[in-house]
This record gives sequence, structure tokens and C-alpha cells, in this order.
Amino acid sequence: MADPNLVLSNPALAGTSREQELIARVQRGEHELFYELVRPYERRVYAAALAILRNESDSEDVAQEAMLKALANIRQFRAEARFSTWLIQITVNEALMRRRRERKGMVEGIDDHRDDEGEYTPRDFADWREIPSEALERKEVRQKLAEALGSLDRKYREVFVLRDMEQLNIQETADTLGISAASVKTRLLRARLMLRDLLAGGWEQGWFSRLPFQKGAKPW
Amino acid sequence: MVNLSCEQVWREISNYLEGDLDAGLRSAMDEHFRTCKKCASVLEGTRNVIRLFGDERMIEVPSGFGQRLERRLERSARARSRGWSTWSAWLVPVAALVLIAGGVRVASSLAVPAPLLSEHAQPARDVPGDMLVVVSAGAKDFHVAGCDFIHNKNKERTLTAKEAIEQGYVPCVRCMRKYLQTAEAGTIPLELEADEYHGAEGTGGTGR
Repeated sequence: MADPNLVLSNPALAGTSREQELIARVQRGEHELFYELVRPYERRVYAAALAILRNESDSEDVAQEAMLKALANIRQFRAEARFSTWLIQITVNEALMRRRRERKGMVEGIDDHRDDEGEYTPRDFADWREIPSEALERKEVRQKLAEALGSLDRKYREVFVLRDMEQLNIQETADTLGISAASVKTRLLRARLMLRDLLAGGWEQGWFSRLPFQKGAKPW
Repeated sequence: MVNLSCEQVWREISNYLEGDLDAGLRSAMDEHFRTCKKCASVLEGTRNVIRLFGDERMIEVPSGFGQRLERRLERSARARSRGWSTWSAWLVPVAALVLIAGGVRVASSLAVPAPLLSEHAQPARDVPGDMLVVVSAGAKDFHVAGCDFIHNKNKERTLTAKEAIEQGYVPCVRCMRKYLQTAEAGTIPLELEADEYHGAEGTGGTGR
């Protein structure tokens, strides 16, 4: 059972009878309703592509391609799966294919798919403070978080994004990336601890030190 | 209660947050967090990471992303509809023709034909069943409307070819020649046959 303290945000439409109705109507040929069906997930689809491609323009293109592919294959969608998960999986596949195509012919080091077996020792911070969710209203906070995420190795970043941002479960993440559930858990642990260190270190470096919420004021 | 080292706690901290631990290990970790300030800080920091990155606000899309996606999907939906209408535009009349042709063939193969009103002409063959034709009182053949060889034009009536055939009428050898059984056989000179027939009726022979 998932920790109830975790924030797992789901779009309001997810799994509702309205979503099921839209799926059925699009499957019957009312393709003009497809955008209404996918609109709650468009940001997540883009984020999934961006986690893999690290390029805004390519990610938007892949997100669109993935949606078109989903529309073309909508009859293959089965109700036992989550529609959002199905969309994300199509997007990740598209993004991985795009990356493989673009890397063809490039001289590049072999990807390191191995999991780090060694223990990760979290840093000790004397002055750790929680960053409240309200801080996300501020663009500079979001930027610092995105930079921290971008600094992770690809294998950690992809697992973290799919599990903690896209809300896929462990098995879905494993299936989507074609790795074992054990690998997902190992990488997820490392990604979460590294990000914790980066954010806590950010306090020390003054990333968030001038945020008004420290004084109890919330200008947003 | 098992005493856990900090290393053991860090190794399991992600599974702890996932709720993916047995009750014994979870209790042992709870106890550890109560007494170890550093591990409690690691737990809260990791929880904070998950909460922040799981927030929808962390996903930023380029300006106009939604509108561009919507337009592209609309174009695709229209193209799909057009694709279907192009197909359906062909399919409907083709299907209708197939049904009509099949219907006439079935009707002509199943129905018991009425005795021919004329012994001169050949029975009709492959006439479209719903084709409108004209017959007139006292005559034995059916015509395309306006045919010069219609007798008693003031007493003509319009009906379908299927009805005319069922009633024993035969096709006019002039206006309906392409539907005559003999047209394909080619053994009878049709112009001559037609002239002879209509000449015998005294209604516009060729002056032969």
C-alpha cells in the first residue's frame, strides 16, 4: 500500500465515467473528441518525452507524434489499463525510438545500463528545511528543481520521472523502460536520495534563502 | 525489536515511502527514525522531493503547446473523416449497384416468369429492375419513355422494368435492344428484326 503522505496528483478526468465515455466514442469514430480526452495528460506526455530527449523542440514533436499514434491505435486500448499510462508508454516508446535514430552514426560511449551496487551515503545537513509546495509558484524555484533533475544520469532521471512525476507504478515503469522491477527500485532509491542531497545542498548555497515564505509572507 | 544501522535504513528508505515493506521492518525503521536525527532528516528530505516533483506545477510546457497539439489532432481527425467519406462516397453507390444487380438476378432466377406477350421478341436479360419503362394498352413490349415505337401513346403507363417483365412484356427491339437475349447471340440481324416486327404492327417501319 502506498504511503498516504505521498502526493500523487491525478487529473480529475482520470478513470472517470466521462473519460470512459470519451474513449468509447473516439473508438467508435468520433475522432474530433480525442483532444478533449488527452488534454488532461498533455503536460505529462510532454514531460515524459523531455525526460528522455532533453530538448524542448524534439519533445514537443514527439509528444504530438505519440498522440497521433494513440489516436490511430485507439481501438487497441483496453479498459483494464489506465489510459494515462497507455499514453505515457506510447510517448516513451516514441522518444526512445527518436533518440536511437538520432544517435545512429554518432560516435558515442556505450550507455551504462548497470545499476550502481555500492551504497549511497546521503549527506548530512545541519540546516535542512522543507521546501513547501507553495514555493513552486515561483519560477526560479521550479528552475532550480529542474536543473537538479537534469543533473542526474539518464538512467536515474528516466525512472524518477516515470515513477514520481508521471505516477506510473514500479511495474509499469519497468515495462515501459524494458528493465526489471528490481532495477527500477534500485535506480529510484538512488535518484531520490541524490535529489534530496541536491535540494538540501541548495539551501546551503542560498538557492531558496531569499524566498519570502521563510518569513511567513506569501506574495503569490 | 531489530536494531537497524543507518546504512540499512537508507537502503530501504525508498521502499518505506512506497509502502513496500513488511510490518516488522517498517516498525524497526519507525523506531530508528525516532532516535536518529540524520535518518529522520533523510526521510523528510526524500519525502519532500517526491512531493515537489509530483506536483503538476513542476511540468512546464512551451507556450502554445496545447493549441498546437489541438490543431494537429484536428487536422488528423479531419483527414480521417475525409478518408472515410471518400471511401463511403464510393462504397455506397457501388454497394447499391451490387445489391440492385444481385436483386434483379435473384428475382429473375426465382420468379416464375409470366408467358411472353409477344412471340416475336426475346425475353429481357439483365435489365435494371428499377429502371422506369413505358407500356401501353394493347401492346406487348416495353420501351424507354419517348421511344418512337410506343403504340397508343395516349394509353401508356409507366412502371419499373421488373414489373413489366413480370407482367410478360418484352423489351422493344429498338430502344431496348441492348437488353435482348439475342443481342449477345448475334444470330439475328436486329435492325431487320425490329423493322419487320414494327412494320408488322404498322407503326413506323423503315419503308423497306
